[in-house]
Order: sequence, then C-alpha cells, then structure tokens
Amino acid sequence: MEPTAKQERGMTRRQFASCTAAAAAGFLMTACGPKRLFDMPRDRLRTLIRDMERDYTEKYGTAVTVADTPPIPGVKFAYALDVSRCIGCRRCVYACVEENNLSRDPQVHWIRVLEMDKEKGIDFAHADPYYEADKVPREKHFYVPVACQQCDNTPCTKVCPTGATRVDPDGIVVIDYDWCIGCRYCMAACPYGARHFNWSEPTIPEGQLNPNTHYLGNRPRPKGVVEKCTWCIQRTRAGRYPACVEVCPVGARKFGNLLDPESEIRYIIEHKRVLVLKPELNTMPKFFYFYGT
Amino acid sequence: MTTLRQFSRFVAGSIGLMLRGPAVYWVWVATLVALVASGVAAYVTQVSEGLIVTAMRDQVSWGFYIGNFTFLVGVAAAAVVLVIPAYVYHWKPIREIVIIGELLAISAIVMSMLFVLVDVGRPDRVWHLIPGIGHMNFPRSLLAWDVLVLNLYFVVNVVVVTHILYRAFSGREYDKRFVVPLVLLSIPLAVGIHTVTAFLYNGLAARPYWNASILAPQFLASAFSSGPAILLILLQLLRRFTRFEIQQSAIAKIAELMAYAMFLNLFLHGAEAFKEYYSATEHLRFTQYWFEGLDGHRTMVPYAWTAVSLNLTAFLLFIVPTTRNNWITLNLGCVATYAGVYIEKGMGLIIPGLTPDTLGEIYEYYPTITEVRVAAGVFAVGFLVFTLLLKVAVPISLGEFQSDRMPEADAATAPRGLEPAPAGSAMSLRRTDH
Repeated sequence: MEPTAKQERGMTRRQFASCTAAAAAGFLMTACGPKRLFDMPRDRLRTLIRDMERDYTEKYGTAVTVADTPPIPGVKFAYALDVSRCIGCRRCVYACVEENNLSRDPQVHWIRVLEMDKEKGIDFAHADPYYEADKVPREKHFYVPVACQQCDNTPCTKVCPTGATRVDPDGIVVIDYDWCIGCRYCMAACPYGARHFNWSEPTIPEGQLNPNTHYLGNRPRPKGVVEKCTWCIQRTRAGRYPACVEVCPVGARKFGNLLDPESEIRYIIEHKRVLVLKPELNTMPKFFYFYGT
Repeated sequence: MTTLRQFSRFVAGSIGLMLRGPAVYWVWVATLVALVASGVAAYVTQVSEGLIVTAMRDQVSWGFYIGNFTFLVGVAAAAVVLVIPAYVYHWKPIREIVIIGELLAISAIVMSMLFVLVDVGRPDRVWHLIPGIGHMNFPRSLLAWDVLVLNLYFVVNVVVVTHILYRAFSGREYDKRFVVPLVLLSIPLAVGIHTVTAFLYNGLAARPYWNASILAPQFLASAFSSGPAILLILLQLLRRFTRFEIQQSAIAKIAELMAYAMFLNLFLHGAEAFKEYYSATEHLRFTQYWFEGLDGHRTMVPYAWTAVSLNLTAFLLFIVPTTRNNWITLNLGCVATYAGVYIEKGMGLIIPGLTPDTLGEIYEYYPTITEVRVAAGVFAVGFLVFTLLLKVAVPISLGEFQSDRMPEADAATAPRGLEPAPAGSAMSLRRTDH
C-alpha cells in the first residue's frame, strides 16, 4: 500500500505540473496568438466551431452544423437587382429572416424595401419603408430593396476599433460576432443602414432555427453585437444562390461571380443601365441596381 | 524605502482627509453616492435586458451617452485654457489655480470613458481594444485613436497632479525637469483629444451633418467656453468656503477668454448654418430637424433654440466688462454657457447627425428614464472623484496637510502656501511662511 500511495502522490504532482504547463501554454497561445476567428489557424477554428455546434444544438434542441467554408479562389461575388421588375412583395425580407436566423422579437430585417414615388425617382428623403398595401405594386410607386451593398471601399470596416469586421477575398463583408464589442461605430459609418444591432437577446421560436449555418453568417448571434447581410455566405460559398434570389417571384434578383466573363451578372453590368446607391460616397458597392426593361 | 514609507503616509493621510468633513460635505457625498447607486441599478437592468431599455434603435444608434461623452471630452480639454497662460506666459494669478483645472480634467476624462463603457453592447469584451492583449484597429479607426489619446491625457494629468501634490506634502519643490515637459505635452494632448473626438464624427461621409470640416474648430471653441464655466463657479465656491486665495483678476481674465471662445463658437455655427440654408441641398434636412423640425417631428426644436439663446446670453454677459465683473451676472453667464454648450454639443450634435437616418427615415429619439439614471450615475461618479481629489489638493496647496504636520495639528497655524514662482524663474512650488 505504502509505495502505491507514494506513486499516487507522485502522479498527482506530475499531473498538477502538466496541467499547469498546459494552462500556461493555453494562456500564452490565447494571449499572443490570433484573437479573431478569421485569423485562427484552421485546426483551432475547428475546435471552437465544434464547441459552437454543441452549444447551439443543446440550446435549440436540433442538430446544428456550423460551416467554416473559406472563400472560393477566383470568385468575387456581385449582386444585381432589377428595379423595373421588383413589385415590393417583401418575400425576400421574410425568406432572409428564416434563412439567416434573424431575431423575430425584436424584429431584425437585413433587407429593407423602400417604396418610392415614380415622380421623384430614387429619393431616400421621401422613401417609405413601412408601406402597407392590400396589393403590390401600388400605382405611381416603385420599390427599392436595400441591404448590405458589400462595398469594396468599406466605411464600416475602416472605423471598427477592434477589427471585428472585414472584407473577405470573395467580397463579402463579414463580422466576427465573438469579437465585436457592440460600440456601433460601424452603424454610424454605414451609408445604407445595412448594419443592425441586437438591442436585446435575439429570439427564434422553437423549431424555426435554420440548422445549416456558417460561423461568419447565420449562426445564432448573442445580444449586444452588430450583424448584417452576408449574401447567405452559408449558401453561396457552397455554390448555391442566396435565399432572396431564390424566393423572388419576379426574378428581379441576380447573383453571380464578377470575375467570370460568362456570368449573368457580367452580362447585366455590361448591357443594362446599371446604377449604385450614393455613388458620390465612393463606397464602390458590389450591389448593382438596373432597369431590365 | 523612505520614499515608499513617505508615499504611503501621503496616501493614508489623503484617505484620512477624505473621511473628515463638515455635515455639508457628508450630505453632498451621500447625495452623490445615492445617485451612483441608482445609476448602477439602472445599468444592471441595461446589461441584463440589453440596450433595448434605452431609446436607441438601428435608426438612431447613438444617443444620450455618446452626447455626454463628447461634451465631457471638451470639458477635459478645456483645462489647457488655464495651463497655457500659467506655464507658457507665467501669468501668476492663473498659475495658482491651474491644479484645480487639472483635477477637473481628470474627473471629466473618467466620466467620458465611463460614458463610452455604458454605451457599448458588450462591456465584457472591452479588453478587445487593448493592444497586445486584444486587437486594436490602429491607425485606421478614429475610435482607436480616441481611446489612446484619452488614456494618455488621463495618465499625464494624474502623474503631474500626484507629483506636485506629493512633493508639496513632503515640503519640497516639485521637479521642474519632470513636470515642465509633461505639462508642455499636455497642451497638444488636450487639443488632440478634442480634435480626435471631432474627427470621429467628421470622418463619416454617411452623415452629412457631421461630415463638415468646421466640426473640429467648433468643438474646440465650445470646449474653451464650457470648461472654464464650470471652473469659474468652482473657484468662487473655493474662495468662499476655504482659505484658497483666488484673485479677482484671474476670474475676470478667464471670463474674458470665455467671451472670445463663445464668440468663435457662435460664429462657426453661424457659418455652418449659412452654408446649409443658402445652398439648401438635401443635406439641409439634418439642420432643419434640429432648428425647425421635419415633417411634423419637432421634439428637438425647443432644445435647439434654448441652446442658441443661452449661448448668445452668455456671450453678451461676458463681453461687457461690467457684467463679467458683477458676480451675479458672471455666474448667470457661467450657467448659461454650461447649459447652452451641453445641449448643443450633446443632443444637438448626435441626434440631428443621425436623424433622418441614411435611408431617410425619421425616428424621434428621446432618452429613456434608464438612460437618464445611468447618465446621472456617471456624472455622480465624476463629481465624487472631483470632490475627493479637491478634499486632498486644497489643504496641500494651503500648506495645511504636510508630512511634518499632519492635519489635526495645524488648524490654528498660519497658512503656508502654493506660492507662485517669481517671474522668470520658471515654476516652483515653494513653502513660504507668511
């Protein structure tokens, strides 16, 4: 018995020493290593993602996957919206809510459909986002849906004090929800009202969570951080269309690879009358509006 | 080791001083503590429920907190109004009270940093800002710049004040080679903290109301009138309740400087209003929202005109020598300046900057009770810090609190003082027996 006890004590001491060493190494790695999710080496990111999956699965009672699909080389996304086709039905708004796990209460909408007067043209000062109509489109009106314009010259990432948001190589402006401190400077800087804050704990009713998520996109967000449209990063990086493109009943929404000369998006930019919102601000959006007819 | 022992005596003695005072002092401290408690309670609700308990929303994403932050950075910067003439021009009457200005700057910085802290959605992650431990987006983000300069300014002021007071406590002159460079550094830093804060708004092309290059100069002008307004009232209180000697000429001089600063402030506002109204572009809507209301939304209009009238009144009271030398009109002018600049630079800067929002929507922001309680709590913390600092600094400056004569012993003895240095001999804080 005597030697065993000694051995046990020795084991304990050794265990204690190795635990301390591991803790110290862990601390050093966290303190000196990369802090933002998008700086992490792949294996460390995977570990963190497994934790996320476990937490979300437990919280929402459904098997949640969190993808870390990187940008596809040679792809830069762009979006085009046909103003002459859009009927203002807001199906895109609600498809986005479901796809991207947006808070139902309080309501968060990444897409804002503005009703404008045909007489005035695109004029934000007289736009109405709260139009209520029995039937759309209403006479003498047209509709301009606005979400993140995925700028190339981004006012929002420039001002972020902690570098929690950036433009990924495929052109999508992403946020690290675990690094954002919620100062809302980006919201003051965005000229398109594209950034939304979680003013309280976001709520998604049971059974309504979309379990296919991406760590930079539609995974559940905490209270007190900023979120925004990511062009359905969980879909588009896997070769699918964003939910709003798929749901649009009139085919007003087009999406594709700006670097592919054969893409539909390139055809539109080269052949249609295209415009961007607030061009005087030089934000260089990759979201184009056009008149298809 | 002796220094260490001496310093711990200084700290212990200072705490002792803070714990002794007449009934009025305790009533004042108790009121502040009650306000802090109410603020903490409101803040706890805010943290647990989220910022939804404020009136801020996506359309107006900054409000009362950030307005107060901006105003207080100005108050902190205004300490240089005193430092410049005192140290650069050796103007004696102001030299004696410069330490009060620095204490005010310290308290104002504490408040402004607290206002940023209560505004962020994730206070638990504020360490993300610290370079090394976190990741600071420097030099691209102006907010990163602001965090750096505010902290630097805070540290410089704390170091200078502690050094001067500790040396006076020990009955020694302060170290010129140490203090002079730091004081000289604090002058550009003070201008810097306010310029950087102005640039924080100025750099946002999305918000035309802020994206005007007049913003930084106008910030400085309004700061140089509001900061001294608080000091003037304070100096009169000190003169009345302590044996602190403050010459009338110093007060008159500060009031005169304030008149010029207020003139500049009004002039710059006028220049901006002219540009907006004469050119009447779509950017006019923000100015209109503030001064006239927009599409029937008129919540801010009474505040706008109150601020203009208060500022004009203050300017007239300070520019006329008779009224700036009369103590009633002088104090009226101070209150008018303080209130006028507070409205104009708090709500008057932030709210019309964000209303209408970037897509043209008008959301009328008006702070909730929770926001007012949290803000009152932050102000109470600042006033408490300031009160406690003064409680130590005044007796030291009067020579009543020194290492060789702890406070109890000297009630009846003659004052020893914070004596202005003879002209020409740079600065020295000497003990002299009158």
